[in-house]
Amino acid sequence: MTGFLKFVKKETLHIVRDSRTMLIALLMPVVQILLFGFAISTEVNNVNVAVVVPKWDEQIRQSVNKLSANPYITYKGDINEREIDQYLRSGKVDAIVVFAHDFDRLMAQWKQHGHGKAAMQLVMDASNTNTAQAGAGYLNNILAGELMQSNALVETHMLFNPQMKSAFNFVPGIMGMIFILICAMLTSVAIVREKETGTMDVLLVSPVRPLTIILAKMTPYFILSCINLTTILLLARFVLGIPMTGNLGSIIIVSIVYLMLSLALGLLISTIAKQQIVALLISAAVMLMPIVMLSGMMFPIENMPAVLKPVSAIVPARWYIDAMRRLMIQGASFSLILKDFIILVVMTIALLAIALKNFNDKLE
Amino acid sequence: MSSTDYIIQVKDLTKQFGAFTAVDHITFEVHRGEIFGFLGANGAGKTTAMRMLCGLSYPTSGSGTVAGFDVVKQGEKIKRHIGYMSQRFSLYDDLTVMENMELFGGIYGVKSRDLKDRATALLQKLDFSEERDTLVSALPLGWKQKLAFAVATLHRPEIVFLDEPTGGVDPITRRQFWEMIYQAANEGTTIFVTTHYMDEAEYCNRISMMVDGKIKALDTPAQLKKTFNATSMDEVFRILARDAKRNT
Repeated sequence: MTGFLKFVKKETLHIVRDSRTMLIALLMPVVQILLFGFAISTEVNNVNVAVVVPKWDEQIRQSVNKLSANPYITYKGDINEREIDQYLRSGKVDAIVVFAHDFDRLMAQWKQHGHGKAAMQLVMDASNTNTAQAGAGYLNNILAGELMQSNALVETHMLFNPQMKSAFNFVPGIMGMIFILICAMLTSVAIVREKETGTMDVLLVSPVRPLTIILAKMTPYFILSCINLTTILLLARFVLGIPMTGNLGSIIIVSIVYLMLSLALGLLISTIAKQQIVALLISAAVMLMPIVMLSGMMFPIENMPAVLKPVSAIVPARWYIDAMRRLMIQGASFSLILKDFIILVVMTIALLAIALKNFNDKLE
Repeated sequence: MSSTDYIIQVKDLTKQFGAFTAVDHITFEVHRGEIFGFLGANGAGKTTAMRMLCGLSYPTSGSGTVAGFDVVKQGEKIKRHIGYMSQRFSLYDDLTVMENMELFGGIYGVKSRDLKDRATALLQKLDFSEERDTLVSALPLGWKQKLAFAVATLHRPEIVFLDEPTGGVDPITRRQFWEMIYQAANEGTTIFVTTHYMDEAEYCNRISMMVDGKIKALDTPAQLKKTFNATSMDEVFRILARDAKRNT
């Protein structure tokens, strides 16, 4: 046991003395959370809208007022019908609302019968599909809101994230990424460094068991990741205002399993790589890309082509991110994420077994 | 009573990797307290043989004892009774001199109080006392090498394995390093050393020459030169390695 603690001390000294790495490891989560929380967002906040009004009347004035009062929309004034193309092409506006010349008559018909001819036309710049879609949604809501309400056709409730903040969605994704980065990348590099410098040989001829060496190596990174977990959760709760309605204990337990999985991955990489740079590349290219692309962090799994869906199933981050979303945002109970949890546990055990077997084989 | 006379005694020790026989039935003994040179070209099987002796690798066949323990069954016990220093520098650059000593002493189960006394004494002997809190990375290579040897013998092993310990070191430092080896040998520690430098081979009490996984010659340097009618160890080596089939 004392041997183990001596090793942990040694590994901790390695990390602490390498202040640049430590700074990166501790600051990366903070920077990413703040970046995704505030700077980068997939929300469409600022749709530039102009209107074409052949004949002003009170109703149109009201509609235009509603538009310009909406925080997501910037009203750019009314233009001539012939200017539509030029305005959209020059990028001055993202959307143009064209009111019919017999707007009041058409609207009256709608209110009376609940159906009729279109009274307004939306012309969107769809070169950015995201903005176009979201903008069309906003404008539809604002302009047709009155009619929809009177008909009570569909009533929409946005649960869990009523303001549709994209930061909510990103935080679990960032967690899925950061722990792999810190645990897998740093551990694998640390182990391979010992192979490269030859100190691993010296350790292996010593009476210390290889398992002790490995566990001691992982311990400080595990602690570092726990610190990061705390930072992320605190930032998410108090800076980004994520509700965290789920059980905190569940969040922590699932996260710890994921940390261990990442450490096992790091060990596995270290048994394959002979140089630090190779370990780094494997971690970055082979681990990070699938997490960003296939885990559902950025792109919804539901939208993936059928070929990629099974591939995404073997990306551990997918299950972790899914569990975190449910726990942190939906406030799901543990039983609802049981599937995610079991998959993560099985993956961890499998990876650890393969990594340890590989490690022992390499000793021979 | 062989175990008291010989610290290493192996018979027909063999290691195969698939169809490749890295070490092919080697049989030899090392006396207690001697400086034993283990020579051979790259790829001759030196490192593999040494790994088996250190308990790092299981022999495919054959038997032997190191420090009184069986190389097949008691690898873990062997590890406790030997010291090891590798060809590449084997201390931690980002730890201080003292931290390195504490770490390696601790690994070999040296008690803290003994460790402190021994470390202090060693540093004094090496004239290193001022450097005890210096990071190893700040030391010149020659010093590091000497320190590595000191650390490898900190737990007073019966035998020290040195795997090309003087690689990349200037001649003066090599000379100083060998003085340390002599001193340790005088104090009763057996030295098992591999080297590329044939002039260093002359410093050894006895030498074995490995070619293609087999031990082709084993004797004192003087006797070897006589047998092969050579003027230097370099020549002996060339005569023996001439028929080597494994290219380096």
